[in-house]
Amino acid sequence: MSEAIQPDVTIDSRGATCPGPLMDLIGKVKKADAGTVFELQTTDSSSSHDVPEWVEKAGHELLGVDEHEEEGYWSIFIEKTE
Amino acid sequence: MTERIVIVGGGTGGTVLANRLTDDLAAEIDAGEVEVVLINDTPEQTYKPAFLYVTFGKKELAEARRPIADLVDTDRVDLRIDRVTGLDTDAKRVSLETGTELAYDHLVLAMGANLAPEEVPGLMEGGHHFYGPEGAEKLRDALADFEAGHLVLSVIGVPHMCPAAPVEFVLMADAWFRERGLRDEIEITYTYPIQRAHGIQSVADWATELFEERDINLETFFNPEEIDPEAKTIETMEGESFEYDLLVAIPPHAGSDLVTEAGLGDDGWVAVDKHTLEATAEGAEGVYAIGDVADVPTSKAGSVAHYEAGTVADRIASRVRGQVPTATFDGKTICFIESGTDEATFVEFGYGDQPVVRKPSKLLHWGKLAYNESYWLTARGLI
Repeated sequence: MSEAIQPDVTIDSRGATCPGPLMDLIGKVKKADAGTVFELQTTDSSSSHDVPEWVEKAGHELLGVDEHEEEGYWSIFIEKTE
Repeated sequence: MTERIVIVGGGTGGTVLANRLTDDLAAEIDAGEVEVVLINDTPEQTYKPAFLYVTFGKKELAEARRPIADLVDTDRVDLRIDRVTGLDTDAKRVSLETGTELAYDHLVLAMGANLAPEEVPGLMEGGHHFYGPEGAEKLRDALADFEAGHLVLSVIGVPHMCPAAPVEFVLMADAWFRERGLRDEIEITYTYPIQRAHGIQSVADWATELFEERDINLETFFNPEEIDPEAKTIETMEGESFEYDLLVAIPPHAGSDLVTEAGLGDDGWVAVDKHTLEATAEGAEGVYAIGDVADVPTSKAGSVAHYEAGTVADRIASRVRGQVPTATFDGKTICFIESGTDEATFVEFGYGDQPVVRKPSKLLHWGKLAYNESYWLTARGLI
């Protein structure tokens, strides 16, 4: 399903260790308008639970997660709500 | 024809690089084959780690400044106090505020990071910071007057300079208020944007344990969106409203508009290959970035700028000599971390490594104080 999602903003955090993919995402979400769809690309396996946890706490919407097994990274799709 | 190397920024990265180049290429410079131009918008360099000590009255700003002309070999470096206002990577040229156009063969961007507190409404009126000279002095005065209430250290901007400093600040504040007999009257809270106390897991684990021992509150998933200076509240992206009496914020940081306008990277940070530090934008041949302005997956710290400068000096020297450059940067980062007013620890890591946080000791605290004094030898390219 998420393969059909067309993000407005792609955040390439592959290889990021510090400050990390979630912080990259938070920084971009903060500056974006409601309705913006983000694709967060990450090689950090902990993002698969950190990111959904924050998205839920902040009240945004998790649209889906794609695993790119061969390339070794995940795409997490998020929509900013009001 | 003379080959010109232009360095934009006279901070740690820029001065270490200028010194490494004048060492490596002394013969070529003396023969007129190579020229090194270092451009900075002020005549002085400031050692930013001193700000943390200024806030607790343990250092004066004057001790943290040196004329750049004293840090580089001005016989071999053309030091210009000017501001770069335009950057054309197709024409390989920079424009200066004073009207000069300067062509380059190799361009190194080392202009650091800027503070952008205005991005959070109310922060400039309602919060303090210690990431600039004026802010550090204002906070010193506010802390000296603060005898009771809720002190909140909030990490708002990410990425930010010196990722260890917010942890150091609350640990030093805790010890400093205890020494002054005020700690029972003061509640201390540390907030961080993600689900742990620091971006690096091992530092987060270490800090969390110390915070518990020292009665420092920890708030995670905490992203301030707006400050109300009248009501003294922080409104977060997560929907919380949090009260404070004295707010110390790590403000949002911004890269350089020049970088964005030149198409070299998003949000003003230069997109570079993390090992060669060469700009990855199409057509940006001969452009490098070091220090805070370079978008690499490690800390925005002085040690990073220092080691990156060594890599770029080697790569440029190889190219000048017609050799294939082989030097690369592995993400080496070193940070002393104060864990009180008389003890410190130390971490060292590279790309993708999880650093080991050593047990804090007085010796490492003295090591950090000694390095604060000997930093100027680093800037001069000596250590």
